[in-house]
Amino acid sequence: MSTQLRERVRGVVGESAPRIDGVPKVKGTFAYGSDLWHERMLWGATLRSPHPHARIRRIEVGDAVAAPGVHAVLTADDVPGKKLYGLEFADTPVLAWDRVLYAGQPVAIVAAETPELARRAVARIVVEYEVLPAVTDMERALDPAAPKLHEWGNVLRHVRIEHGDPDAEAEVWVEGYYETAMQDQAPLGPEAGLAIPAEDGGVDLIVSTQWLHVDRQQIAPCLGLPEEKVRLTLAGVGGAFGSREDLHMQIHACLLALYTNRPVKMSYDRRESFLAHVHRHPSRIWMRTGASREGKLVNVRARLLIDGGAFASSSPAVIGNATTFAAGPYEVPNALIEGTAVYTNNPPCGAMRGFGAPQVCFAHEAQMDRLARELGIDPIELRLMNAVHTGSVLPTGQVVRGSAPVREVIELARSASLPPEPEPPPMRHPMTLPGGAGNVGRGEGLRRGVGFAVGYKNIAYSEGFDDFHQARVTLAAGPGGPVVEVHSAGVECGQGFSTVLAQVARTELGVDRVTLHAADTQLDSAGSTSASRQTLMGGGAVQLACAAVRQELFDRARSRVGVTGALSLADGWVLAEGVRAVEIADLLETPITATRTFHHRRTTPLDERGQGDVHVMFAFAAQRAVVEVDVELGLVRVVQVVSAIDAGRAINPQAVEGQSEGGTAQGLGLAVMEELQLRDGVIANASFTDYLIPTILDMPPVRTEIVEVPEPDVPFGAKGVGEHATIVSTAAIVAAIRDATGRELNRAPVRPDDVVGLRLPASSASWPPAPDVPGQEPLPAYHGVARGQSALTQSS
Amino acid sequence: MLIRLRVNGEWREADVWPGSSLLFALREELGLPGSKNACEQGECGSCTVWLDGELVCSCLVLAAQAHERTVRTVESLSEGDRLHPVQEAFLEAGAVQCGFCTPGLVVAVTDLLERDPSPDELAVREALAGNLCRCTGYAKIVDAVGLAAERRREGAW
Ligand code: FES
Ligand code: FES
Repeated sequence: MSTQLRERVRGVVGESAPRIDGVPKVKGTFAYGSDLWHERMLWGATLRSPHPHARIRRIEVGDAVAAPGVHAVLTADDVPGKKLYGLEFADTPVLAWDRVLYAGQPVAIVAAETPELARRAVARIVVEYEVLPAVTDMERALDPAAPKLHEWGNVLRHVRIEHGDPDAEAEVWVEGYYETAMQDQAPLGPEAGLAIPAEDGGVDLIVSTQWLHVDRQQIAPCLGLPEEKVRLTLAGVGGAFGSREDLHMQIHACLLALYTNRPVKMSYDRRESFLAHVHRHPSRIWMRTGASREGKLVNVRARLLIDGGAFASSSPAVIGNATTFAAGPYEVPNALIEGTAVYTNNPPCGAMRGFGAPQVCFAHEAQMDRLARELGIDPIELRLMNAVHTGSVLPTGQVVRGSAPVREVIELARSASLPPEPEPPPMRHPMTLPGGAGNVGRGEGLRRGVGFAVGYKNIAYSEGFDDFHQARVTLAAGPGGPVVEVHSAGVECGQGFSTVLAQVARTELGVDRVTLHAADTQLDSAGSTSASRQTLMGGGAVQLACAAVRQELFDRARSRVGVTGALSLADGWVLAEGVRAVEIADLLETPITATRTFHHRRTTPLDERGQGDVHVMFAFAAQRAVVEVDVELGLVRVVQVVSAIDAGRAINPQAVEGQSEGGTAQGLGLAVMEELQLRDGVIANASFTDYLIPTILDMPPVRTEIVEVPEPDVPFGAKGVGEHATIVSTAAIVAAIRDATGRELNRAPVRPDDVVGLRLPASSASWPPAPDVPGQEPLPAYHGVARGQSALTQSS
Repeated sequence: MLIRLRVNGEWREADVWPGSSLLFALREELGLPGSKNACEQGECGSCTVWLDGELVCSCLVLAAQAHERTVRTVESLSEGDRLHPVQEAFLEAGAVQCGFCTPGLVVAVTDLLERDPSPDELAVREALAGNLCRCTGYAKIVDAVGLAAERRREGAW
């Protein structure tokens, strides 16, 4: 018995296996993009536009070129290939010429001996701008009289979902208007990488990113190189949360390296990081929710507007998501939901954890609370009464085929015990008061509130996109027994994806020693580490490759050792009919390798009525938040969050908790503190001094409840878990503050002024008109703008 | 300018630009990139090191100020494959995700427990209030401190 226990393979699927990259991370030896170094390396720096909208009259680089230690000063004229790139559409200049469309847009780049010399050279570049009127308000962008930012106007995409009878009458209606602010992903690791010119005229780029192959697909045409001459390897990623989906320094560093024929490193500081990556879209949402007296939802009418900023980034997909999820995880027989992403002269917005879902969750959950009040029904009962389940039809007409434990997550989040009532203030440690030691009140204004939210989102890419994942698994003999090497271009951003791959390999092959090959472009694409998709996609690819390796092992066992009957693998052995027959190590005189590609089930685009089988599968979450508010000082402390997560199957329970806790922190940030403040299109708080993210003092205990109802037809029944908590926590926390204060609070983040009533709720005169568009596709598609990532096809 | 400092027990020299921070000197001149550079403004704690035994944000200290002084970085905590108990506790508790905050936190927690082996939760949170983490939501970091404190009381270091 004890021998068996000792020999059992550890770290398989379902266990809280230790991180495969943990030891170098705690030692400080894990090499992030900003840690890279090379002999004769130069440092790159970027000159960015100070204006949100301006014509470039003249760029004078002479002084900069002559500055000490400078090896290159490049502008748009020096871009040898295509001058535009982009994640979904190539509408973004590598370096600006003619016009700049946002404050922070790159205009020129420099390579010099040291970062300081590079920065000084940047300061010597003279750009003469003619400032143009800027469009910095998303509703103004829709005004036909507003300046047009692109040839095709200011509408990037308009999605219209018409379901059932949108004119259906209801006995009770509630109406609300909601706003959410621009949030920053603020990963701690800055954007960074190192480009090394290669002898074949190509370039090797080591970079912190989220999708190596789509980076390469955008980089190579701008360098005027074929893709095979642009080779990418992943550097350590210090968090991403969507901010690394778009290119940052990649093309710039490659241009400088090819121009100088020297390795070039670029590593942004915090201010530049705030300027250089896309943000979470600010949103405005108008919503009318109709129900029967008994509380059954009858009709949802909604109008969504999100600010995409100057360039497309992933806004078309974000508005697709936001619009399809706007009615919440509820059965709604009739709906008319219209969502528009517009271009403005604000900083570009794109992917951030939740991808459109947190904004609409903020609105649909506030609507459910309003409706419950109007009907005199318990708000949680109202949610339970309308929750979708397997077989439900969504507003897109899509039928929920997979697991949909919405009732389970709601029940778990509501039934957890509430935190004890706090002691009255004189007995309490001041650190436990809202605002902490900074709370100078005597506690008269302390009120507790409880809020609840349910939400959902898709796993993997939608609307017909085939974001496959390729993996290679090699099983070889090693000095201490067989070793599995897993190779995939999938990006580990910190969430534990590479540990999941190792767990899958151990489970499938019964071998505990797993090593990971660096993620690079030697293999085919792994798709993006986003949309909570890598557990499904990478897990699926490794499982397929392991199955092929296993088949070869069985063939060897049969032909060389003569075993018969049903074969299986466990703990380093091939078993025949459940009995140990031959050690795996004895079959590995030559290694066994298999490369396999996993595809998720095909989805369809939205048709002209916004109907379609658009999403691969769904994940649901519910949270209950308890807050304590000082209603006199306007200070909020989140006391407890219960986070119920629909995981399908928890491949690594500790990592699921980590996603739940970390995701809650980001939702809490948007609920009470995080907002990129724009003054006429310019970010006014681009530092950690002015843009506050939750500290350890702001975070309450988060109790995570994992619901495991396996998703059919996917590896291990596992759904991704990266986004659940972030989708719902902003809505739950703001609901709790409403409960404590009795105020409307229709804008996130809630500020002290809102709590004490010094600022009126956000308001809007009327629903904006729907723009005139040819269809559901993004507008650049109708104007022949080159597609970005959607053209990626499997090459092998 | 040339500076001389004792880093992790060894006297080293570095030729630095007068305006450069100790963080830059450690990372770029002395080959010790374990201390991280998440803000370079004293806001995140990712660059935390000991300077003459006191915790500092090395991004706020000029390299020149470290001349003839003793610096201890995260790289001093482990010996080959042997991790420091605080590092082990971080791994066991699941307190590491992207890991960018981790070196600064490991240093700060080690310092805390060297001074106070039994901090209560509020003391832990207060001590770590200057260390930002964007990934974990801090719950497992608090767990890791508890675990490391237990080991410290058991005499693990
Ligand atoms: S890098 Fe020093 S405190 Fe942030
Ligand atoms: S683990 Fe990523 S910042 Fe803390």
